[in-house]
Order: sequence, then C-alpha cells, then structure tokens
Amino acid sequence: MDFLGSELLAIAPVLSVTILSLLVLVVESLVTDSEKISYWVSVFGLLICGAISISTLDLTGNVFNHMVNVGGYGSLFATLFTTAALLTVVLSRDYLRKEHVSFGEFYLLILFSTVGMMLMAAAADLIIIFLGLELMSICLYVLAGFMRKRSISNEAALKYFLLGAFATGFLLFGIALLYGAAGTTNISYIVENYGKLAASPLFWVGLGLLMVGFAFKVGGVPFHMWIPDVYQGSPTTVSGFMATGAKAAAFSAFILVFAHQEFESGEKVHTALAFIAAASMIVGNIVAISQSNVKRMLAYSSIAHAGYMLAGLAAGNQLGRTGILFYLVTYTFMNIGAFGVLSVLEREEEKNLTFDDYAGLGTKRPFLAALMSIFMLSLAGIPPFAGFFGKYYVFVAAINAHLTWLVIVGVLTSVISVYYYLRLVMMMYFQESELQFTQPSSVSSLAVLTIAALAVVEIGVFPSSILSLINNLY
Amino acid sequence: MSGIPLNYFVFLSAILFTIGVVGVLTRRNAIIVFMCIELMLNSVNLSLVAFSAFHGNTRGQILVFFVMAVAAAEAAVGLAIIIALFRNKQTVNIDEINIMKW
Repeated sequence: MDFLGSELLAIAPVLSVTILSLLVLVVESLVTDSEKISYWVSVFGLLICGAISISTLDLTGNVFNHMVNVGGYGSLFATLFTTAALLTVVLSRDYLRKEHVSFGEFYLLILFSTVGMMLMAAAADLIIIFLGLELMSICLYVLAGFMRKRSISNEAALKYFLLGAFATGFLLFGIALLYGAAGTTNISYIVENYGKLAASPLFWVGLGLLMVGFAFKVGGVPFHMWIPDVYQGSPTTVSGFMATGAKAAAFSAFILVFAHQEFESGEKVHTALAFIAAASMIVGNIVAISQSNVKRMLAYSSIAHAGYMLAGLAAGNQLGRTGILFYLVTYTFMNIGAFGVLSVLEREEEKNLTFDDYAGLGTKRPFLAALMSIFMLSLAGIPPFAGFFGKYYVFVAAINAHLTWLVIVGVLTSVISVYYYLRLVMMMYFQESELQFTQPSSVSSLAVLTIAALAVVEIGVFPSSILSLINNLY
Repeated sequence: MSGIPLNYFVFLSAILFTIGVVGVLTRRNAIIVFMCIELMLNSVNLSLVAFSAFHGNTRGQILVFFVMAVAAAEAAVGLAIIIALFRNKQTVNIDEINIMKW
C-alpha cells in the first residue's frame, strides 16, 4: 500500500488534472447554471496543476511496472499543456458567450483532453501512448463540433473524427506489429533491442505504420488534408488549442518513440522523416499565400511549422530534440496568441475573419493590432521574437546531421512565409476601411493575450531561460 | 497455438485491415466509412490476440480490452456527431458535406 502511495505521488501532475476534471464533472451534473462555477474551478485548478507539474520537474524513473515515466520530460510537457489549457479556457469564455454556446461542458472537455496529452508525454509504453492519444482525440472531436447548430462546425467535427479514427487505426496496427516483433510494448525495451529487431520485416512495417499515425496527428504532408478544414470550422479558441496542445502532445509521443541514439544508424527512419518535413514546409507555406481567410491561413502555417519541427526530428541528434522542445514552447505561446486575437475580433457567424476585415485595425484597436503584429513577426521567425530561435536551433541541428538540403528548403520556405504574415501586418497598419470593431473585449482576454505576447518577447530576448530548463532533462 | 501457424492470423488481419482502408477511401456514406474504421480496429484486435498467444504473454490481450473500450467511446461520439450533422443538413453523404473544400 505504501508502495502504491509513492507511485501515485510520483504521477501527481496527471493525477491532479484528472481529479480536477472529475470535480468539474460533478459540478456540471449537480449544479444548475454551472458555467460560471466550472470556469472558475478550471482556472484556479489549472493554476495549481501547473505548479504541481513544475514541482515534479526534478524527479526521474518510472512507475506502475514500467508504464509511466516520472518527472523531467513528461513534467515539462505537463506544464506546457496546463499553460495552453489555462490560456484557452480564459480566452474561450468571452468567445463562447459571443457565439451563444456558453456551456460548462466546454471546460470539462478541455481538461480531459489535457489529461490525455499529459499521459502521452509521460508514456513509457505504447499502450499508454494509445490511451492518451484517444482520450485527447475523442474530447477534441466533441470540441470541434461544439457549436452544434452550425453546419461548418459539424462538418469540421465529422472530418476530424473520420480522419482521426482512420489514423488511429494505422497507429494501432503499427503497435500490434511492433508487439508481434518484440513481444512487448515497452518503448525502452524496443529501443534497446533495436539491433536484434531490425532484422524482422514485421518491425519495419510496424514502425512505418506508427510513423504514418504520428505524422497524421502532427499534420505533416501528405497526411495534412484534415488540418485546414478542421481548424477553420472549429470554434476559434479550440483551433488554437488543437494547433498547440494537441500538436505538442503528438510531437512528445513522436519524440518518445523515434528520437533515440540507437536509431541514429537507422537511415531509413530519418530519410522518411526528412521527406515529410520538406513536403510540409513547402506545401504549408505555399498554399498559405493564397488564403483569404486568416483562420485558414493559420491552419496552413501550422502545417509548415510542423515541417520545421519534423526537421529537428529528422536530424535525430541531441540538438534536434532540444530544438523541437524549445520550438514547441515558443509555438504554443505565439499560436494561442494569434488564434486568441482572432477569437476576440471575430463576430457571430464566422464574420471578421478575412484579411480585408483587418484593414485599419492599427488605428481602431491599436493594442490588439500591436499584439497581433508581435505574434505574426514571431511566427515568421523575425528576431528578436521567440520564433526566430526556435527555427535557428532546429536548422542548426539539421545541418549537424548533414541534412543541408533540408535546411535550404526550410530557409527558402520561411522567406516565403514572411510574405503572408507581413501581409496581415500591412493590412492592419497601412490600409483603411469603413468597418467598425465595436464590440468590447474583456480584460481577462486582453490580459491573457498580453501574457502570451510577453512570453514570446521574453523567450526571444532570453532564449537561455527555456533552453537551460530543457538541457537539464537530458 | 495448436495447429494453425501464426502467419495465417497475421495475413488474415492484414487482409481485413486492407479491406477497411479501401472501404474508408471509396465509400461515401459517413456511417459505412465509420464501420470500415471499426473493421480496421477489429483486425488489429485479431492480430494482437494471435501475437499474445504466440509470445505467451497477456500484454496483447490487455491492449485488446483497451481497444474495445476506446472503440465504444469513439462510436458514441462519432454517431452523435453524425446525428448533429444530419439534423442540420439532412444528409450523411460525405460528398455533400462540402462547405469547406476537402
């Protein structure tokens, strides 16, 4: 019993968010008009859970019979996910009211999907990765269709659901074949016995299917086709959560399975990853140019960003892993910020979402325009903002791994990306329009956006603050 | 594993999986597409059970229980999404669900 107690204490981050979710579930079922209570319980609960996650950063080892890793890597991601969930919850409140879908279940689903993400990052076993992934995905399917009276939201949910379940099938078949080859689903056992297992064709087919499943979840080309539609149709704050939290969770599991010293001799894996990375950067950035809807533009840009991060994974070295983690942290802040500004300016029925609607924002809403400019410049990778260093570390890792061609593709496509990010900034400051932005925005939303913008600037000016944290993990 | 070699199970599950994949890609009714996805998951269950018996450990069978539970949860959510969509559009044909281009 004592043994179990210490194990439960060791997985405190996951456990605390689970308890919080169940608490909100009880509130939802017992209290009438529960939206307000659920909101405040979620906000304060997530603050506490974030603090618990940070406090477990120094732990090591694994618990529950080699099922779950403790501390370090998982805790860093747990902190990231709780932060993303917190920012999303606060931003969502105004947005849901504006869209007349203000129900407490929203916060519940965000919390449960956060539990799934944390499990994925803490997994020491393929079974846990599968369970975490499904817990996260099923909640996100519902969240995508949260505005259930609106066809575009239904459509996004159906597309996400069908293609997400399809990808789960591939992932699961990959797990089954790896289990067939290795006789276990333990990740570290499979990695340690890589040399022995590499002779078996089952192993390679399984690894390939697993890669397809993960590439689908992170949105790498050619498995990206769901991203634009789902991000465009989902509630805007949910799109922000999917683009950051869900993507970071998928990457955390991707790194757990694929980024190992032992695989460095495995040229096949890295070549495949490099091609997915190059295709994502090219397709994402080039198609984003032609978009007139800002939300859809951000969706394509998130495909491109997945490409940059995959370049770090393809490099397969220490610097690459550090680079991806750094990139994910910066990307979370800048993308939740960008989607957050959209959600503040959006009006009912998907209005105010095209580039033309942003004309003259610089004079009408100078503060929001300034925040949006910070996020756009950071996404474009312009120093001194955080996005620059994210790209820098990933590309340096790729050069060290002799993937110079990939870095050339990456740099060229990020030059292309500057065009569409700056087009929005140009629209805001150098165009005039009759359109009025009358609806007020609440203090809490503006505060959250300011925090995100400050984080982007802070990490950009002092990248070592996050980098030293990540380096301590390895 | 008395009599029937492991290969037979693996090939059968691979064939079922392929039928599922082809069904997802070619069928246009959202519910049939969903049934094909369930077929994929069940083919995985078949191979997991076969591997489990072959290796002589229960890990695979445990995963099968998880897969079945997850598939049930997924079915509940998926059918709810399809019903919500049908209420708005009076169709479950995925070619007509095209406000945004695929």
